[in-house]
Amino acid sequence: MTAESKSAPPGGFDDQRIEVIIGTLLRTGVLVSAAVVLVGGALYLLHYGHNLPNYKTFHSEPERLKSPGEIVRGTVAMDPRAIIQLGLLLLIATPVARVLFSAIAFAIERDSMYVVITLIVLGILLYSLFGSS
Amino acid sequence: MNVLEFTGLVALGSLLAGLLGALTGLGGGVVVVPMLALLFHVDIRYAIGASLVSVIATSSGAAAAYVREGFSNIRIGMFLETATTIGAIVGAVIALHVRTSAIAIVFGVVLLYSAYLSSRHREEHGPGLQSSALALKLRLDGSYPTPEGKQPYAVTGVPAGYGLMFSAGVLSGLLGIGSGAVKVLAMDQAMKIPFKVSTTTSNFMIGVTAAASAGLYLARGYIAPGITMPVMLGVLTGSMIGAKLLVRAKVNVLRYLFAAVIVALGIEMIFNGATGRI
Repeated sequence: MTAESKSAPPGGFDDQRIEVIIGTLLRTGVLVSAAVVLVGGALYLLHYGHNLPNYKTFHSEPERLKSPGEIVRGTVAMDPRAIIQLGLLLLIATPVARVLFSAIAFAIERDSMYVVITLIVLGILLYSLFGSS
Repeated sequence: MNVLEFTGLVALGSLLAGLLGALTGLGGGVVVVPMLALLFHVDIRYAIGASLVSVIATSSGAAAAYVREGFSNIRIGMFLETATTIGAIVGAVIALHVRTSAIAIVFGVVLLYSAYLSSRHREEHGPGLQSSALALKLRLDGSYPTPEGKQPYAVTGVPAGYGLMFSAGVLSGLLGIGSGAVKVLAMDQAMKIPFKVSTTTSNFMIGVTAAASAGLYLARGYIAPGITMPVMLGVLTGSMIGAKLLVRAKVNVLRYLFAAVIVALGIEMIFNGATGRI
């Protein structure tokens, strides 16, 4: 996908350049979320390192580790497991952010068909994150 | 084995999975679930949740590098994501309602099929190809860099590719994998998109597809912080090291070795599912 074949708006904003910027943002998002998970993980091992792991049978995670709002609350309370979940939540948010940025990029290019397509994808993602709980 | 030892071993195994996945291009996600389920006796639902999250990490982490090369086609990716994300939600809903032994058997079959796909000889599509009317209307055709300069390519088979992408999404949501193999199949085989464009566009789609089912998994309590933490950090580190080594490594031997591991894991998953052990 290059500017030659599509309409390139003034200012040198073409698909390629926008995507490189988005890619760099994504990478940063992943590294930040990994750092949060690492901090939560270190605290978790300090607190629970000598317990016995119990994952043989499935018993759904407690409510406080399942919804974005509860996870933030747990993080404020310095619950190690909530901090890990916060990092994972940030990670899940990175592709959502990329879709959002792509919608903006298509809007800058005045490509209305792809703005609509991108917003459909964004809607599906937001439904999954917030509509299902 | 206490939590500390468990975490260390899972992180080490995940690092290896991420490393081999990046070096061979087969993705680390496919071996994480069998590793957790067969080796560490983790309930397959926790394994799927952890794997799905690690898939997002590798896809988003590699996005910058792939885009810079100029191969991935954002319009193709975004258009097909309407199919993969809906498929992913359908897959995650199915996963909530079927027995874990059934999931294990499907997983085994997908592992065997991925190994088969990776061993197959592939051919580049001829230059005389014409884009279909639908592909032109959606502006899916593009060009990509080759040693001889920019090479334009045509796109056809949109409905078939779209259907396959929906299936790829269902498998991703059901099994917690990126299903890159099926995505590449849809683009390379059904839509006649050049292989390099297919693989890089697939990588960028994987994270968005996985995010669609990750929300549901989180809400249903499949994402356990204690397991997901070492898996996500391990796979991410492994795939980053793998991407750095890729230029120098001899991947062919490794590919066959990894394919053999995948076949063995596939058979074991099917056996364990059929005998009700998972």
